[in-house]
Amino acid sequence: MEGHARPRRRALLVTATTLALAVAPLTACGSDGTKESGKLSVWVYQDGSTRIQKEAVDRFNKTSDVKVVLNEIPADGYQDKVRTGMGSSNAPDVFFNWGGGSIRDYVNSGKLLDLTPTMDADPSLKSAFLPSILDAGKIDGKYYGVPMRGTQPVILFYNKELFAQNNVEPPKTWEDMLKLVQLFSSKGVTPFALAGANSWTELMWVEYLLDRFGGVEVFDKIANGDSAAWGDDAMLKTAQAIKQLVDKGAFGKKFGSVSYTAGGASTLFAKGKTAMHLMGSWEYATQLTDNPDFAKNKLGWATFPTVPGGKGDASAVVGNPTNYWSINANTKQKDAAIAFVKTAMSEEYIKALVDNGDVPTTTNTADLLSSSPNPEFAKAEFEMVQKASSFTLSWDQNLSASVATPMLTEIQKLFNGQITPEKFVESLKALK
Amino acid sequence: MTKTTGQSRRSGPAVGRPGVIWAIPGVMYFSFFAVLPMLLVAYMSFTEWDGLGNPKFVGLDNWERLFSDSLMGQSLWLAFLLTVLTWAVQTPLSLLIGVWAAGYQRNRAVLSAIYFLPLLLSSVAISLLWRTLIDPNFGLPAQAASWFGIDNVDLIGQSNTALYTLVFVATWQFVPLHSLLYQGGARQIPQSLYDAASIDGAGRIRQFFHITLPQLRNTITTSSILMVVGALTFFDTVLILTQGGPGTDTTITPYLMYRTGFVSYEMGYGSTIAFVLVVMATAASLVLVKMTGFGAMRSTREGM
Repeated sequence: MEGHARPRRRALLVTATTLALAVAPLTACGSDGTKESGKLSVWVYQDGSTRIQKEAVDRFNKTSDVKVVLNEIPADGYQDKVRTGMGSSNAPDVFFNWGGGSIRDYVNSGKLLDLTPTMDADPSLKSAFLPSILDAGKIDGKYYGVPMRGTQPVILFYNKELFAQNNVEPPKTWEDMLKLVQLFSSKGVTPFALAGANSWTELMWVEYLLDRFGGVEVFDKIANGDSAAWGDDAMLKTAQAIKQLVDKGAFGKKFGSVSYTAGGASTLFAKGKTAMHLMGSWEYATQLTDNPDFAKNKLGWATFPTVPGGKGDASAVVGNPTNYWSINANTKQKDAAIAFVKTAMSEEYIKALVDNGDVPTTTNTADLLSSSPNPEFAKAEFEMVQKASSFTLSWDQNLSASVATPMLTEIQKLFNGQITPEKFVESLKALK
Repeated sequence: MTKTTGQSRRSGPAVGRPGVIWAIPGVMYFSFFAVLPMLLVAYMSFTEWDGLGNPKFVGLDNWERLFSDSLMGQSLWLAFLLTVLTWAVQTPLSLLIGVWAAGYQRNRAVLSAIYFLPLLLSSVAISLLWRTLIDPNFGLPAQAASWFGIDNVDLIGQSNTALYTLVFVATWQFVPLHSLLYQGGARQIPQSLYDAASIDGAGRIRQFFHITLPQLRNTITTSSILMVVGALTFFDTVLILTQGGPGTDTTITPYLMYRTGFVSYEMGYGSTIAFVLVVMATAASLVLVKMTGFGAMRSTREGM
């Protein structure tokens, strides 16, 4: 369910569009007829949670004069479709996104409505959501999104059975982690599952390690366009730490073609071939679907350990804070659009998310979580996010695509041992 | 006299070249779906465009970047390597299979039918199939490892094997097509040539090298052009099997173009790469045509 909400799962089947590079400007022709007065076109990412948005639309349409037309877009092509849509006359009025870099280009070209005045005018809207989540969606100090789905922090999952057999606890520090790597390797168990075919899974390690070594400030600088910040000492330490882990066999030798999207990493983890798995919170839902017994009885979760001499806060988390509704600046139905996005804080809507197994990000979520299908995990996840001193949006979403793409390649090369930590830092500094 | 000739010309059936008018549908189709996009790509290679708003003219910036881009250099080298390997592996294989399939053996029809099966599958299906088969943890290597007690190999996760895996999958996918071409070509060779050669005492091998191969000259050219242009634009398999990885070790030019245009949203620079690709593929096929004398349309039946 939530597993599908992971962005930039570079689709396997998007091939058809791709050789038509030249035709891209032509594809945006045609009209869908949702532009006439009285209609509001809303685009949403299609996955297991979409029905909640559908219900919200039905509720909204009952009372509103302006009718919402919901367009569910298949996951694999979502970002491409929005991209082409926003560049054409066929743009949505309201659309689902990941905040940060996923909308930065739209903000820069003046295509999104600044929601800061709306938030100021209606304090109940602003106070309805956790501040760290609202802030994670800010661009240049302004709000462009209203949180509308569950939060997805990256969590260190572990196999409780394997840990109990070996009489060990989940790692709290870097030393703990190295000891565990040695212990599990000697027992023939790969310490960490890693889906090296999807470089965004490797990115999670870099994100957490940099946060622990240098604090949240280092990446904030990078996200604000200071490419010299890649050269921060903490970045080199991060790269060296990764090299150390790889060299010690923390990820085994064959992570290079393990895929998360094809289920490889999660299966290895559930079968007890690996002891731990650093992954987004959707891993729980994935395991619950594919390996229910493992999810219910053996799956444990912990926060990412601290590192020696690290400046970062041990409570800080990385991942996808949540998804947001953003409004097209050129919409003809501005008032209706604002009214619609506000339904995302209604108790009915939040309750529906909780019942679906999501962990919403409103301040009243805590009281509602007991009705979640997995209350224990949902509460732990919410607590982790609530306590977090900061919640850094995944870098590949936070940075513009022209920087994120080569960055992911460099990270993959670092994990594969194709470049040294020093060369890695140098390549990142060259990114603009 | 003059009058009669004129009349007979008018009343008799049309001979010689057909009028220009008949070319119009083809030319229109080609202009709209090939020339126009190519011109657009050429224009866009001088612009910067993120897919939103309007393309911004930046002069030669993209072209300067192209020449200093080490990734582009690497991708060209990889594309070249892939093209050469593809040709060198596929041509002998499809030639032999095609010539064999042109015969009239009893088992031929059945075996050919099975063998040509990959032709019916889409590239995406083939790539997904192979990715599953060679998965080091769940696929054949894992099985083989448990049978023979060896360490299972990670074919697409390692630099030294990833490109060869691509060549192998491409071979599996495209050899049937080329075999079909060679089968057709070989069937056209007159039996009388072989009969004459047998009377002169030529064995099967000599017949192959002195009759079959020269007679298949035009087929070899056709098939080679298809292979070379196909390898230069090889894309879907890379996207699914390796995604240009590990690192950038299988990032061939078409994949780099895709990544630049549709992952990084640098449509301008992506167009620059695309334009280079168009020029290269055209040049390669022109050179092949010239080198082999295919353009002269010389018959293989000359003197018969």
